[in-house]
Amino acid sequence: MNQPASAYFLEDRHDPNETHTLSVLVQNEPGVLARVIGLFSGRGYNIDSLTVSETESQKHLSRITIVTSGTPMVIEQIKHQLDRMIPVYRVVDMTITGRSIERELAMVKVRGRGDSRVEALRLADAFRARVIDATTESFVFEITGNSSKISQFIDLMRPLGLVEVSRTGVAAIGRGPEGM
Amino acid sequence: MGLSGPFLFPETDTKPLATAHPEQTMTDKSNDPNQMTGAAMIVRALIDHGVQHIFGYPGGAVLPIYDEIFQQSEVEHILVRHEQGAGHAAEGYARSTGKPGVVLVTSGPGATNMVTALTDALMDSIPLVCITGQVPTHLIGNDAFQECDTVGITRPCTKHNWLVRDVNDLAKVLHEAFYVATTGRPGPVVVDVPKDVQFAVGTYHPPRKDDVHVSYTPRVKGDAQQIRKAVALLASAKRPVIYSGGGVINSGLEASKLLRELVEVTGFPITSTLMGLGAYPASGKNWLGMLGMHGTYEANMTMHDCDVMLCVGARFDDRITGRTDAFSPGSKKIHIDIDPSSINKNIRVDVPIIGDAANVLGDLLQVFKAEAKKPDIKAWWQEIAKWRARNSLSYKKSNEIILPQYAIQKLFEATRGHDTYITTEVGQHQMWAAQFFGFEEPHRWMTSGGLGTMGYGLPAALGVQVAHPDSLVIDIAGDASVQMTMQEMSTAVQFELPIKIFILNNQYMGMVRQWQQLLHGNRLSHSYSEALPDFVKLADAFGCVGLQAIKPSDLDGALKEMIKIKRPVLFDCRVAALENCFPMIPSGKAHNEMLLPVEATDEATAAAFAGGKALV
Repeated sequence: MNQPASAYFLEDRHDPNETHTLSVLVQNEPGVLARVIGLFSGRGYNIDSLTVSETESQKHLSRITIVTSGTPMVIEQIKHQLDRMIPVYRVVDMTITGRSIERELAMVKVRGRGDSRVEALRLADAFRARVIDATTESFVFEITGNSSKISQFIDLMRPLGLVEVSRTGVAAIGRGPEGM
Repeated sequence: MGLSGPFLFPETDTKPLATAHPEQTMTDKSNDPNQMTGAAMIVRALIDHGVQHIFGYPGGAVLPIYDEIFQQSEVEHILVRHEQGAGHAAEGYARSTGKPGVVLVTSGPGATNMVTALTDALMDSIPLVCITGQVPTHLIGNDAFQECDTVGITRPCTKHNWLVRDVNDLAKVLHEAFYVATTGRPGPVVVDVPKDVQFAVGTYHPPRKDDVHVSYTPRVKGDAQQIRKAVALLASAKRPVIYSGGGVINSGLEASKLLRELVEVTGFPITSTLMGLGAYPASGKNWLGMLGMHGTYEANMTMHDCDVMLCVGARFDDRITGRTDAFSPGSKKIHIDIDPSSINKNIRVDVPIIGDAANVLGDLLQVFKAEAKKPDIKAWWQEIAKWRARNSLSYKKSNEIILPQYAIQKLFEATRGHDTYITTEVGQHQMWAAQFFGFEEPHRWMTSGGLGTMGYGLPAALGVQVAHPDSLVIDIAGDASVQMTMQEMSTAVQFELPIKIFILNNQYMGMVRQWQQLLHGNRLSHSYSEALPDFVKLADAFGCVGLQAIKPSDLDGALKEMIKIKRPVLFDCRVAALENCFPMIPSGKAHNEMLLPVEATDEATAAAFAGGKALV
């Protein structure tokens, strides 16, 4: 193996990357989000999307949904590294359980007149996007769905006068009667 | 808030302080012994957790705590000369006793100076409780004098940390801090206490069960089914090896006892990481020596060719494995670790067992004794004997100059029969110490493994000596490392800690020079110490004793004297300047591609490192 002079063993690993959605239940205390983000940046993991909000205020519980990508070994590491953090209750890999629903919300601002305005409205209808703000020359659509549906909608709006987009990131929950 | 401080200290306290002011105890609340200032709570919590010694350095943001320390006698404070020294001293204290090390430093630079020690403790899983002062809460975020974002800065270098904004949370946080630091995989924690919280009066409570973070539940007991699988593998092994690490030491004396019993019951060969030395005695007949980059040939070959590997409390780190895709290719691997994130991090294992080393080893032994027989591995031992015969730690002796390996061997001989603790700095001397000093017991070897902190050994020796005042505590040092925390000799003199600093002085940063020779065309860029201090004179200036050995014939006498002197000693041992540390796994190579000292001619070395830059 050829490698430059180094005190470290330099190896290329070529395992294919996978994308996983993780649900992380945490104690809602100061700095908990910084810990999670610091873990990802410090250890060189990817964050494709991150959503966080308090879910049970009496118990001070927050739920973080992270979409991440990496080799299977890295994904396993990420889960273990998250799980060993003191304020983390549980980490569930929604992709492995295979029984989860993922949703994202986006607000999409489109500016236009005439045909393109009519077309935007018609496409919004097809995508079940709602109009939540309108002027004579613009709309703001609210659309909910999985990430690929939202991306597709945004792509369609681009030639019709897309101004800006605000996306929430993915939230995920398991199917069936059981909690995580 | 305000400047209440010790003046509100209640006289009804169960442990009244000599200077408490009785006239200040008129209000109802002051009759409650658990009403006290935040500063008093900190000292009380230390006492409640059995802390006898803390290491620290005062400053503006911790003065209320220092005022409390002044007024009691249960906790002894060791004043260091730099906060990093306090951190490493606490590490040495912790590692040699199994108890948490406690540090008290001020805000801003006090906290930032602790970062190296905290990171070191995190990498080597050492329980530390570090209390930092912080500017008053209303000034946090204002760039106040000596303010820094302590919890932000120390978040990635602690197991957990807290900023306490309310004095009534302080007791719970302190108790939790001790719990988190010492349970599961041990590690450093920081409790950041703003000055107004130290002054404020609130309610203290002694440690109780519900102080523990509800989401923190480290696993101690191993899964019975996995243990059964492990036993089946061990019993079927033809070429087994046990590879143990610092986790066995951290788990406590019981773990080492059980490990020894396991080796006895199975008859397996055993090797260990740098951090695990002493768990199995170096004089034991199944001992292969340390493994890894500078491990013995027999240890690495045994690892490479084994069919069943039992890893206990080690983490397959990159100095151990060599090239990971060629690491022990034909073996089934069992991995016992308390930290699930250690499993499958670098090397994929077949039977992971999450749990405390002592607990799992106990269960494993029980099952093994009940269900398995000692496998016949005579042929394996014969193979190992061939590797041993290569004598991978050999070196050319000299009558003119002291070889560093020889110096360590002599030191080891001289300390036999003494109650000895060894610390080291980082570099060649550290590897030679690991190779040539035989450790018979756990908790006797304090070294910076994961982080590789030069300057660790001297203050760590202080901490060890504080914990074991009558023992012989020696820092095996290098001339470069030792200068990084040399100021702590002053602490040793002040507190009459008779530490011995045994400096293998080759006038180089030896390991850097070795790598430059092997990998960078022998261009010795900034690895030579042009202006070394005269260590003997330096010792004199510090008020301790300076000794020197220049020729091999000087060693015996000087060592004898060093051990006899009941004062701190700086021992300047002049050794061969250009000696390299072998054997060695060259970068990018596997365990079975070691470079042995007898083979390490210039040509062979060049060939071994040919994957890198060509040697000149």
